[in-house]
Formats: sequence, C-alpha cells, structure tokens
Amino acid sequence: MSAVQDPREAAFALYQGPILPRLRPFARLHRRLLLAAVVAILASTATQLAFPSLLRSATDALTGKAGALSMPAVLTVFVIAIIANAAANLASDILAARFAQRLIFDLRRAMFAHLQQLPMSFIDRTHVGRVMSRLQGDVNALQEFLETSIIAVGDFVLLVGIAIVLLLLDWQLALVCLTLLPGLAIVRALWLPRARRTFARAREWSSIVNGALAENIAGVRVVIGTRREAENLRRFAQLAETNRIAQTEASLAAQTMTPIVDTLTGLAMMGTVAGGAWLLGRGIIDLGVLVAFIFYVQRFFDPIRTVAQQYTMLQRATTAAQRIFEVLDAPVTLSDRPDAIDPGGIEPSIVFENVSFGYRPDRPVLHGVDLAIAPHESVALVGPTGSGKSSIAALVRRLYEVDDGAVQIGGHDVRDLTDAALGRIIATVLQEPYLFTSTVAENIRYARTEASDAAVIEAARAVGADAFIRALPQGYATLLDRSGRNLSLGERQLISFARALVADPAILILDEATASIDSLAEAKIQAAMRVLLKGRTSIVIAHRLTTVRDCDRIVVLKDGRIAEQGAPAELLEQGGLYADLHRRAGASFDELAV
Amino acid sequence: MADGLLATAGFGGDARAAFSTLLRVGRLSLPYRASLALMLVGNLLAASAGLALPHLLGEAVDQLSRPGQGPASLVRLAMLLAAAVAARGLFQMLASFSGERVGQLVARDLRLAYFDALQRLGHGFHDAIDPGDLITRGMLDIEGVRGFIEMGVQRLLQITLLTTAGAVVLVAADPVMAVATLACVPLIAWRAGRMGLQLRIAWTRLQREMAVLTRVMEENLHGSRVVRAFSATAHELSRFDAASGRALALSDDRIRVRARAMASINASFYAAMLAVLGVGAWRIEAGMLTLGELTLCLAFMTVLQLPVRQMSMVMNSAARAVSSGQRVFDILDRSPVVDDTEATQQLPAQDWALVFDRVRFRHAADGPWVLDDISFTLSPGRTLGIVGASGSGKSTIAALAARLYDPDAGRVTLGGIDLRDASLSAVRGTVHVVQQDLFLFDDAARRNIDYARPDIGQAAVRDAAAVAQLDDHVARLPEGYDTRVGERGSALSGGQRQRMTIARGLIADPRILILDDATSALDSATEAAFRDALVARDPGRSTILISHRLTSLAHADEILVLDRGRIVERGTHRQLVERGGRYAALDRHQRGIVGPVAEAAE
Repeated sequence: MSAVQDPREAAFALYQGPILPRLRPFARLHRRLLLAAVVAILASTATQLAFPSLLRSATDALTGKAGALSMPAVLTVFVIAIIANAAANLASDILAARFAQRLIFDLRRAMFAHLQQLPMSFIDRTHVGRVMSRLQGDVNALQEFLETSIIAVGDFVLLVGIAIVLLLLDWQLALVCLTLLPGLAIVRALWLPRARRTFARAREWSSIVNGALAENIAGVRVVIGTRREAENLRRFAQLAETNRIAQTEASLAAQTMTPIVDTLTGLAMMGTVAGGAWLLGRGIIDLGVLVAFIFYVQRFFDPIRTVAQQYTMLQRATTAAQRIFEVLDAPVTLSDRPDAIDPGGIEPSIVFENVSFGYRPDRPVLHGVDLAIAPHESVALVGPTGSGKSSIAALVRRLYEVDDGAVQIGGHDVRDLTDAALGRIIATVLQEPYLFTSTVAENIRYARTEASDAAVIEAARAVGADAFIRALPQGYATLLDRSGRNLSLGERQLISFARALVADPAILILDEATASIDSLAEAKIQAAMRVLLKGRTSIVIAHRLTTVRDCDRIVVLKDGRIAEQGAPAELLEQGGLYADLHRRAGASFDELAV
Repeated sequence: MADGLLATAGFGGDARAAFSTLLRVGRLSLPYRASLALMLVGNLLAASAGLALPHLLGEAVDQLSRPGQGPASLVRLAMLLAAAVAARGLFQMLASFSGERVGQLVARDLRLAYFDALQRLGHGFHDAIDPGDLITRGMLDIEGVRGFIEMGVQRLLQITLLTTAGAVVLVAADPVMAVATLACVPLIAWRAGRMGLQLRIAWTRLQREMAVLTRVMEENLHGSRVVRAFSATAHELSRFDAASGRALALSDDRIRVRARAMASINASFYAAMLAVLGVGAWRIEAGMLTLGELTLCLAFMTVLQLPVRQMSMVMNSAARAVSSGQRVFDILDRSPVVDDTEATQQLPAQDWALVFDRVRFRHAADGPWVLDDISFTLSPGRTLGIVGASGSGKSTIAALAARLYDPDAGRVTLGGIDLRDASLSAVRGTVHVVQQDLFLFDDAARRNIDYARPDIGQAAVRDAAAVAQLDDHVARLPEGYDTRVGERGSALSGGQRQRMTIARGLIADPRILILDDATSALDSATEAAFRDALVARDPGRSTILISHRLTSLAHADEILVLDRGRIVERGTHRQLVERGGRYAALDRHQRGIVGPVAEAAE
C-alpha cells in the first residue's frame, strides 16, 4: 500500500507498523477460546490425515499383506475416524470463528470507546462518514480475513502434517515430492512483486469509483438542479470502465498461480508413480504405501492453490487494521487530571482570566479574554461569525483546552474538575437540536437516565412542549428519528430545552439555540427560554436582537476580543456596535460589518 | 424445478423469491456470451482433464499390482498424469478468469445502471432514504452480486460438470460402484441448499442488528457535542454494548449454522468413501473388481473433495447475492415519479411567466395537503417574496416550480406550457433553485461554481462570483479559485458557502432564480449589494425569494404569507404592514418592537 494519505483523513496520524503485536492484547482476552480453537484445528488435521492411511490399510488387507488389519477392522476404524473428524471439524469451525468474531467486536468497541475520549477538536476535523468507514468497513475487512485465515491456518497445518506423514511412510519417495517445494517458492517470489502492483492498482481504482458514487449521492440535489446527470454519468462510466480493467488485470494476476501449482502437482504425481513403481519393483515399499502417497499428494497442493486469494485478502486486512489502529492511536489530550475533583455543589460563577485559544495553533481565535460572570447572571455573547462566541462556550465546558490563561468555575480551574462534575454543573443547548433515535421521553431524560416520568412531563410542560408531545401518536413513547421528520424544528428545539431542564444544571449555555427557529415560532421558544434561564447562571449566544435583549448583560465580541459590554440599555446609549446593529432593524449580528 | 426442490425440502415461499433473484443475477451475465462460452468450455475441459486423473491413477495401480509389467508403459502413464494435471490447471485458469471477467463486466453495468437510477429518481426518493444506505448498496451490494457471478456460478458449474461426467464414466465402468460413489452428491447438494437458506436468514437477522449498531455509532458521532455536553459517555457505551451484544449473539448463530452444515457435508463425503471402500472390498473379494478400479473410484472422490469443501463459500455467496441483489434491484426497479412525457413541447424563448394555477400537493396519497390552492403569476423581471413558518410549504413551491415534484391538482405553467409537457431538462435550465442546505463538492472553488457548465471559462466564473459578492474573497485565498472547498474545515464561512451556491446557480444563467432561504447568513449590506448586482446583470430575470427575514423581502413586487400550505395574506410590503395582520406583527417583532406576536400568529 502507498504511504500517501488522503488529505481529508489528515486528522489521523498514519500508522504503518506491524499488525500482529497490536492484536495480541485483544487476543489475550480470549486466550482460552484461542487455545481450544488451536487444539480443535490440530485434531481436525490429524483426523483428515488418517483417511489416506486407512486407504493404505485397506489396500494391505486386499492385497493380503502379512500382518495387515482385516477389512472389517479397517472399516470400523474408518467409521470412528469419520465421527472424530466431524466432531473436530465442528469444534474447530465454531471455536475459531467465534474467536475471530470476539476479537473483531472488541476492536470495534475499543475504537468506539476511544472516540468518546478524543478531544472535540479532533472530532471537528474528521468527517463522520470517514470514521464510520473505519468502524464498519475496515472492521468487516479484518473480520473476513480472520475468518478465512483460520481455514488457511488449518490448510497450512495440513500441509505440514502431510509432509511429516510422507516422510514417515517412505522418506525416499517423500523427497521426490518435497523437492518441488523450493520450485514453488521461486515461482511465488517471481510472481509476487508484479501481482502486488496490479492488486494495489485495483484497490486504488475501487476506492476512486466508490468515492465518486458517494459524492454523487451526497450532492444529488445539486446534480439534478444543475442538469449534470448526463455529464456525471459519462464521467462515472469512464471511471467504472478503468476500474473494471484494473480489476480484471488483478484477477488475471491471481489466476496465473493456478496452472503453476497444478503443473507442480502433476510433476509430483508423476514422480510418485514413477518413483513408486521403481521402489515397488525393488520391494522397498508395498502397494499400500504407494496408494496412500497418491492420495496424500493430491491434497498436498490444495492449500497453495488459494494463496493468491489469501494474499489479496491479507493486503486488504493489513490496510484495514492499520486504519483501525490509527483511530486507537489518536491522542487523548483532554482527560481528567489524576487529582481532579468533583466538588459537589459549587457557586455557579464563571471567570475567564486572560484566556487565549485557537483551534489551530497558527490561527488564534481568542486573544487574552477577561470575563467574570456572577452567579445567576445571564450574559449574552454577540458578534460576527468567527468572533469567538462559541469558543467561549466550549471552553467553559472544557471541550477544548485553553492555550493561555485559565477558565474558572466557582473558583476552581476547570482543569482541576472531573469531566463528570462539569457535565453535571453545565448543560448546553445547541443551534441544531440533536435528537437520538429513541422515544420522546428517553430523549428528554438523556442527561439523567434515572429521571422519573413525572420529572420528564414536568420539564416538557415547563417549556411548553407537553401539548404537542401528547398529540403525537404514542405521546411520550413516540419514537423519534435523528432527522426528526415527525417534528418541526421548533418542536425539536423545545424537546432539547426540556432535556436541559431535566439535567437541572447550575450553569446553562444556549449556543445559538434560537438561530434555526423561524421568527414565527420564536415567541414560544423565547417563553421557554425564560423558564430555562430562571435561577441559573447562563451564557446566551445569539445573533438575533430579539433573543438577547432580555439578558442582564451583553458582551459584544469582535475578532476574539471583547469590543464592548454592559446592560442592553447602557449599550444603546453608548452608541457602539450594538447600538449600530439595533438601528438597522431586524438585521442579524452574523456578518456584522467590520 | 430447483425452487420446487427447495420448497419441498421445507423452506417455504421465501425460497421462490430467493431463487428468482438468483436467476435474475445470473441473467445479467447473458450479454457476455463469448466470455461465458470460454468459461463453459474451460470448465468442461478442466473437468475432463480432472476426470482423467482417477483413470490414470487406477490404471497405474492395476499395472503395479500385476507384477511383470514393463516400466515403459508406467513411465508413459506417469507422464500422462503430469500432463492431465497441468492441463486441468490451464483450463481451470481459463474458466476462472473468464468467470471473473464476466463478473467485472456485470459489476460495471450494475454500477452504471445504479448511478443512472439514483440521478433519475429525484428529490422525493432521496428525501425518504438514508444516503449512507444508498452508498452501502452501491459499494457492498454490487460487490455481493459480482462475487456470486464470478465464484458461485463458476463453482456450481464445476461441481455439476464433475459429477455428471463422473457419473457417466463410473456407470459405464461399474454401476454398483457408481451408485456407492455418487450417492452422497444429492445429499450434499440438499444439505448445502438448506445451509444457503439458513445462512440467508441468519445474515438478514444479523444485518438488521448491525444496522442498529451502525445507527448507534453514527448518532453518537453526529451528536458528539450533545454527548460531551451532558457527559453521557457511559450511557452511550451501554447503548453500544447492548446493540453489539445482540449482534454478536446473532453472529454466533450464523457461525453455528455454517459449522454444522459443513461438518455434516464433510461427514457425508467421508461416509461415501467408507461405502466405496466397503462395497469395493466385497466386490474385489468376489472377483468383480480390480484394486485399480477401486482406486479409480476413491481418486474420483478426491477430485470432488475441493469443490465440496468450497460448498460453504458458494452458499455464502449465493445467500449474499440474494440479499444484495434484492437491495440493488429494489432501486433499479423504481420508476421516477417525475419523468419526461411523450409529448414534449418547447418552452417559449421570450415569455417565461411562471404561473401557479390552483395548485395542490401532498407527499402521500393519504397525507395532509402540503400546498393547498396556491395561485400566483410571476412575470419576467419581477420578484416574488414568500414568508411563512417552517413546514408551511415554502420550499415545496420552489420544488414544484423546478418540477422536482408534480402537483396533485391544478397546474404549473411556464410561458403558457404546462411543466409536465416540457422536457425536464428545459424546465430545469430555465428555473434554478438555490437550496437551503448547502452542499459543496470536495473540489476547487472554480469547479463548484462552473458545475452546471464545466467548459464556461474563468471570466464567467468570476462574473458569477462577483454577482454573488464572493469574487473578492475567493480571489484573496492562497490558491484563489483553485482552493479546495467542501466538507469541514474549509476556507469558507457559512455565509461564503451560501454565496458560492448562489454563484453556482447563476452560472447557467437561469431565467427564473429561486433563493430558498439562501441568503440567511448574509448581513443586510451584503444582501443589498447582491440584489443590486443581480438586477444590474440581467434586469429580465425573475426571482423568487424565500426567507424568514422580512428585510430580505421588503422590495419584492408581491409577497405571499403562507400558513400550513395556504396563502393567508398577499400584497406588497407596504400593503401588508398597513393591513396590520400576521405579516405586520412579524415585522414589528423583527424590528425589536415588543409586541404580542404569539397572539397575532395564532
């Protein structure tokens, strides 16, 4: 695979290290299962090896060799071998596949759990679809590989077993067959570099075609709106055809191995028959040994035949595993300090002390911000896009780490508090109400799963959501979906308000919580907001005049600095930015003229 | 016949549907007769060469067990043996390669048909389906169908040829031994078929549970701000564990189904070998069979062994092809709701007045009316404003004007021609909707703007960007118009992205431009500048402005106030404010004059 990384995946550091050592800790968790699987595979191989030997005994019995088992005895052993083989097969298949399955599920869980720990700045830089392709696509590729490699391991053990049995039966005849193995190794060494290139090209084209399809699906409305259907189909047809050619070349490369392996098998058989006849003529071996040889040699090359298939799968699995470890290796920069505390109840004051911060080191967003918010004060943050409003809110919740200065809550530096404590003290309502696929009630008690039904209904009633929830087909038990087709945007936002109310935080942050609501529904939302803010310290980020004028204090931000602040009436008198905006009736702060 | 067999085996009516899907998958390969013929011939020759093997081995054993034979004939036999095996390999390669070639050809055809269908199916379809699901179908399901064509068909053919040809040869040699040798084949076929159906059921269940797991993960990632804001990680992990645990249990079911079936298939195979050995021994003692002939039968069974061992792969791929095939065909078989009619009329070149005449529309036949009795006329060069709560039907008017949907009653005409009588391409070339949800392709800024006219040239791109008030900004970017935009972390703010979609709409120079809440992130000054530039560039263009912000609409020639699909007020800004109704209340509210909006809105 190439070491070049898609720039869109740049959030992940490239991992090119070895795979097996990384899988070991996961395998160790299911040590016993693995051990049992190995034993079962060995047993299954041993029983398979028994059959040609039994044919030898049968031949001996039929040719009347001295000291041979009687035919009924051979048949009885055969029956036992069948039963033992079936049992060992069943056990090895089940145990090995279960082991692979558990390894895979554990890996996925580790990735998921790790993603929960990663800083918000990391999540911002990744695309959900791309992370999902690692959680699903790559995990599936690895699973496919593990399941088939179990069969491959069984085949390999069989190959070794056959070689040993052949040597035991007659070392001279065995050598005739085994001398072909180095030849096979040479052929494979010649084949591999060429095949590897074709396989890599095939993989590359496959991802190009899939990427083009995915983009056309995501942008289908634009495609239709701009009448690009025919042009896009023409371009896609070119990609699909190039991909087909690349795939066909890869398949030709893979298939080349078949006649080579078969020719070697043929040579081995020729050697067995000719050499066997010679040895037989000299009385060194008997016919039974020769028959057993013939049957062993036929199976000998089967495992090698699937090597090309295994190889492509191995390549895919290696890439997949590397992409999985890239997720697991993403550094957790924001975690609880070892001495972090949960102080229980604290005074809900917020202090920013000379805070500087940027999402990227080279692009600072906040420059030495000082801001003190008293308990139960409501402060509105306004300012143009990129002025740093949302960054202030995120820093209070410690979704990011400050570059300089400190953020304090109730006199504690947020870095000295546990994440759980911060989660309990602070609740945030976002611009886009985010609902989970679950019932209305479950969504409302999302932040406090132990909240009673009564508490849920009370919260819904307080924000004015009770009436429309009851009008839903199953009331509070109605299933919502993420896209929330069964509710209007305003209704969804009211549910997320109720969720914040159930959480009952001392500090509440409304991050553009009314921005997506059209003016006609805004009145209801504002009534709900007043309920929500009562008795709490709050930060309200908004770009609408109507949303912020009820706050105790308005802080106007510009370019990451506080431009002006004061009570709404004061600011109007000062005649600054806020007053300017107020004059331009109905305008928003969003792209405030500079 | 085969589905009858499956049905009698107790698999029910599902088998019929599954089998017809498999047949349809198979039919996709019919256009490639030459490759198919090569595959068939290759398989036939490989099977013949493969069958020569037991013969030659049997012959060798016979010669060896009769002392006094000359070595010359044995050497000849040994060489024939090597030649037969090598020939088998060569023909097998020909067959497999032809099979994979057909598989790739079919995959390409399916990919193109799928791509085409998705573009044709239009907004109604895409509104109702998860794009992630569509991507999965296009990636994994098409691969599933291909896998069956290149591997399943191939191996099925191989095993059928080997058993039939083997049966002919064996029956000719010794009928009793033939029965003993081949008795296991129907048994194995039946067991494999049953496994295929059981696997399909197990797969379907597993896929359903995996979809839940996917949803849990996806929601968690999309909602990561909410999860973090409420410290809900533990809760999320328990949701994940519940879904993951259920999927794991179902996955264990699948493993058990496969392992049991394979164990019994292998056991049948060895049992048949036992029967051959037992019957053979008895017949040798009775003098009716030679040791060589017994070896022939046993060697024949070894030739069968690899295909039998691969039976689980074949059944797995057949099961996957059925569920994947159904998912792909489900899309291909849908016909677009909005489609070109037979009698296509030309749109007039000059008079492009857009008229809605008592239009009613709803998404489902039993659903509520989304638009009810909507009538208006938009003359060339005029501007229509539409305001209303979300869900009042504003965007639906835009969609009907561009014929993304057809009205259920009434008609929409452009220059007097009913949109249903004009070609889709002509309508969408005349009417362009700049959508509310911004989508930029992950490509250069230039490519995003000239998307509708890729060959239009730099000057026109900058011109469109200038009208959208974007040229200054893009020109100042490090790579100018070659800067990559799209997805997160781009060089553009929300308002700039919005202006880029406007520029993209302008590039094709539509006669009617609809801005569906597409200026919401623009401040008043920028919006005014854009409006002036738009008029200056082409005074004859008509515009429909959909907005919550009344300042954006105030200059419109007519404003419609929508409520639950009906026009409740209409007139100019001045008229509506004077009327003192809902629009006036909204106006007061947005100007920051505290008033009883809620009461007025009821």
